[in-house]
Amino acid sequence: MKQVESHRHPATKRTAANTNPKLWCSCAIESDIRRARDVEEAILSQCHKHSFTDRDLFALKLAVDEAINNAVRHGNRSDSSKQIHIKYRVTPRRCDVVIADEGNGFNPAAVPDPTTEQNIEQTSGRGLLLMRAFMSSVVFNETGNAITLTKFNDSVHRQNSDQVAFG
Amino acid sequence: MLKDNQTSPIKLTRDGELTIVEFTVRKLLEENEIAEMGQHLTSYVESQLKPKIIISFAGVDHLSSSALGTLITVNYKVRERDGQLRLCSIDPQIYEVFLITKLNKLFRIFPTMKEAKESLEKPSQ
Repeated sequence: MKQVESHRHPATKRTAANTNPKLWCSCAIESDIRRARDVEEAILSQCHKHSFTDRDLFALKLAVDEAINNAVRHGNRSDSSKQIHIKYRVTPRRCDVVIADEGNGFNPAAVPDPTTEQNIEQTSGRGLLLMRAFMSSVVFNETGNAITLTKFNDSVHRQNSDQVAFG
Repeated sequence: MLKDNQTSPIKLTRDGELTIVEFTVRKLLEENEIAEMGQHLTSYVESQLKPKIIISFAGVDHLSSSALGTLITVNYKVRERDGQLRLCSIDPQIYEVFLITKLNKLFRIFPTMKEAKESLEKPSQ
């Protein structure tokens, strides 16, 4: 546990809301994607230390970036007085990232499928599709202003399935 | 617009009647860079008659959905000018992004620059 704590990014701090403060890191940043880069790097650095695969790291960077972008642009409508709240936890088996904005939320089920012939030339609306494709799970809160991204460590899961396969 | 200390995320080179577009950044994630790329490419396309453009993704290891949106706009502009657009040298992980979004059906994508060049129609004699 102490090892995980020592990886905590200096910009992050524990909050009372964390169910397990020894594992979760949390922080609030301005509605500016550039402010999120440090947190993004801290998450990826922890995943790297836990030997997440390159593909996992690519997927996490893509999904976290899309989620923060959505929170800034659609959630907080780039209002600099509003904040983005990020909470993350990395264990050897999985990485969970919760990204919440201060907007009114939205209904993810109402987002049109961007892959249909009718929508294929739309210039936006692919972020959610990519997050769902690259993450192990994507869950919204009821309001639709907080998203939880989960990625399982593919190297651990592959190892386990090999053990099953070869007894 | 880019600030003074920022360089353009793309570099355009003329190769005969072709225009080759290469990226000067590894990650196409920053909104201001993507906007700059969009402005640069669309104004270039609008200045050409039947433009033939190859965009090489060599060296690019990340791109956002916003960058995809800009590429769609460029593709539309090229088609409007009766031109041809090809994409090439896309990293396998980024190619997966094209597959998931089904944009591999909208764009003509080739593994190498050589194949992209060969795919372009020759000028009429």
